Amino acid sequence: MRHIISLLMENEAGALSRVAGLFSSRGYNIESLTVAATEDPTLSRMTLVTAGSDDVIEQITKQLNKLIEVVKVVDLSDGDHIERELMLMKVRAVGKDREEIKRMADIFRGRIIDVTDKSYTIELTGTGSKLDAFLEGMEHGAILETVRTGASGIGRGERILKV
Amino acid sequence: MSTELTGAEITVRCLQEEGVDHIFGYPGGAVLFIYDELFKQDKVKHVLVRHEQAAVHAADGYARSSNRTGVALVTSGPGVTNAVTGIATAYMDSIPLVIISGQVPTHAIGLDAFQEVDTVGITRPCVKHNFLVKDIAELATTIKKAFYIASTGRPGPVLVDIPKDVSQQKTAFVYPESVSMRSYNPVIRGHAGQIKKAVQLILEAKRPMIYTGGGVILSDASPQLIELVRMLGFPCTNTLMGLGGYPATDNQFVGMLGMHGTYEANMAMQHCDVLVAVGARFDDRVIGNPKHFFNEDRKIIHIDIDPSSISKRVKVDVPIVGSVSGVLDELIKLLKVRKEKPDQTALDAWWTQINLWRARDCLKYDRASSIIKPQMVVEKLYEVTSGNAFVTSDVGQHQMWAAQFYKFDLPRRWINSGGLGTMGFGLPAAMGVQFANPKGAVACVTGEASIQMCIQELSTCKQYNLPLKIINLNNRYMGMVRQWQQFFHGNRYAESYMDALPNFVKLAESYGHVGMKIEQPGDIQNALEEAFKLKDRLVFMDFITDQTENVFPMVPGGKGLSEMILV
Repeated sequence: MRHIISLLMENEAGALSRVAGLFSSRGYNIESLTVAATEDPTLSRMTLVTAGSDDVIEQITKQLNKLIEVVKVVDLSDGDHIERELMLMKVRAVGKDREEIKRMADIFRGRIIDVTDKSYTIELTGTGSKLDAFLEGMEHGAILETVRTGASGIGRGERILKV
Repeated sequence: MSTELTGAEITVRCLQEEGVDHIFGYPGGAVLFIYDELFKQDKVKHVLVRHEQAAVHAADGYARSSNRTGVALVTSGPGVTNAVTGIATAYMDSIPLVIISGQVPTHAIGLDAFQEVDTVGITRPCVKHNFLVKDIAELATTIKKAFYIASTGRPGPVLVDIPKDVSQQKTAFVYPESVSMRSYNPVIRGHAGQIKKAVQLILEAKRPMIYTGGGVILSDASPQLIELVRMLGFPCTNTLMGLGGYPATDNQFVGMLGMHGTYEANMAMQHCDVLVAVGARFDDRVIGNPKHFFNEDRKIIHIDIDPSSISKRVKVDVPIVGSVSGVLDELIKLLKVRKEKPDQTALDAWWTQINLWRARDCLKYDRASSIIKPQMVVEKLYEVTSGNAFVTSDVGQHQMWAAQFYKFDLPRRWINSGGLGTMGFGLPAAMGVQFANPKGAVACVTGEASIQMCIQELSTCKQYNLPLKIINLNNRYMGMVRQWQQFFHGNRYAESYMDALPNFVKLAESYGHVGMKIEQPGDIQNALEEAFKLKDRLVFMDFITDQTENVFPMVPGGKGLSEMILV
């Protein structure tokens, strides 16, 4: 099953490689991983998307907690949460396609953030499945390039992950 | 203005502040400033090994036999890569070590400098934690943290990588009294509610079993374990790492369990209805195939300081995270308060069954053999040393025979590489044991294959006059490899014969030691007595043993605990 795990860790060189190394050395899956400093510059917040049986997920959270630089770990999938991913996409946009692509971006609440006479660059935010749907909706040949950040997650309501 | 010290001075001062009396190491370019400071003082004594792997094994043997943190010092590049086997060995067995390594100067890092290696990267998967100190202002705190992390919670090796320029720069020295880290707070006290549940299960047990591992040794919880086992009247088994945690000569001890455990221990483990696992981790060499293990229904209580050890290989019913000694104290207290006893009739019936299993005499061997049986050598070693020696071992058949036939009544006397299974561990570990216990009798039970992996340390032993007794069970084979080839690979002994062996007697003599070759069973006892009388000499005893002898019982890989091959 897919799980989205959030962690707070010391914002130190090497902390990220400890997490990545743990996943590879113990044979766990990483679907995506995003990390950046928080409002407190000594802390980084990481969101990890992984998949595994309940036993594997239990081991993953325990092993993450064991890393000295990891301050807190929470499996967001345990409760209500919100997740978002950002995608940037460059598409070929010429002739009558320009209007169609613009309309498509509007439907998905995407924004065109760069324009040339042959192309659009679209910014789109949402859940992974929304981004997938947009990709499917676009004519395949028109897509020149895509970049996705991987999911970031946060608990709903009063659920807070903080030191 | 307070006087400023160099990074090298600070490093040595930190070791002094930690009360370190011996460190094991090997100098080189990146650690020259640190060696210079070691030279100028005499509180921290440096032991010069002949290979960095041995430095770490020696620090490891020192730590295992004393419950103090072992310290090793190595240079950058090959110094570190040589040390990796030692570090991984300590990591697998949760041994508290601090390894200080030199690194190329900060401005040269990443430029493929001479003797540069990504030490933090290479060691990351086999340390509890590691640090690269780029700023001298953080040096003292980092070393303090290293000792703190290594010795608390589930212990383990911690490495501190110090670039050469950092060891040369100066700053004011303050050694912090203590450190606290928001991201590292090991749980020590067990959960009271869980302990209550455990007591309830224990009192309801009809076929109980207490299974203990290295955690009992590391936590110095042997007195508590003995009290608990005796007050309950339950059978107790130790893992390879846990030997000595419960006295082997006691009648409630059913022997070691696992792949080469006793018939009675493995059968009781398989057929018990309540299992109390203490500081043990249900390793594959201990319970065999977990599916087979769960063919029988039983309730499991698991006490361990590391939450990730719990429910890793087997699901447990009552997990208790906490230090073994503390949790056992609480368990005993609660049992005393409740004043109840488990069902004695059921317990008597269970012991009757266990004694029937015991009667199989699974460790029997041919005592009348005209060729030396390795088991007999270990038995005689036990007699001659009155069971009081520190025994280190390498890895293979000799290790199993030492574990089966030397009856350890005390913790920290049996020193072996259980998790990683490192050949070459025995001799350097024995050196560390001797430094930690200068008056103790130290024996290294080894084989002709293992001993050659770190035999250069005979030179170190000469330099420091370490009167070790090396028991070389020489069967001219990598015995355990040969045994597996015999059982599972159609007697094809691929590359397991040790050809072109040295003359070990002459070899020992050339290093300045005493060498003995023993070929007759009747000579074993006298030779051992003679060797242990030479209190100030290392004696290398080359026992020519039966080539065909195998270790029994044996649970083949992938099989269940009750599917043993017996003699």
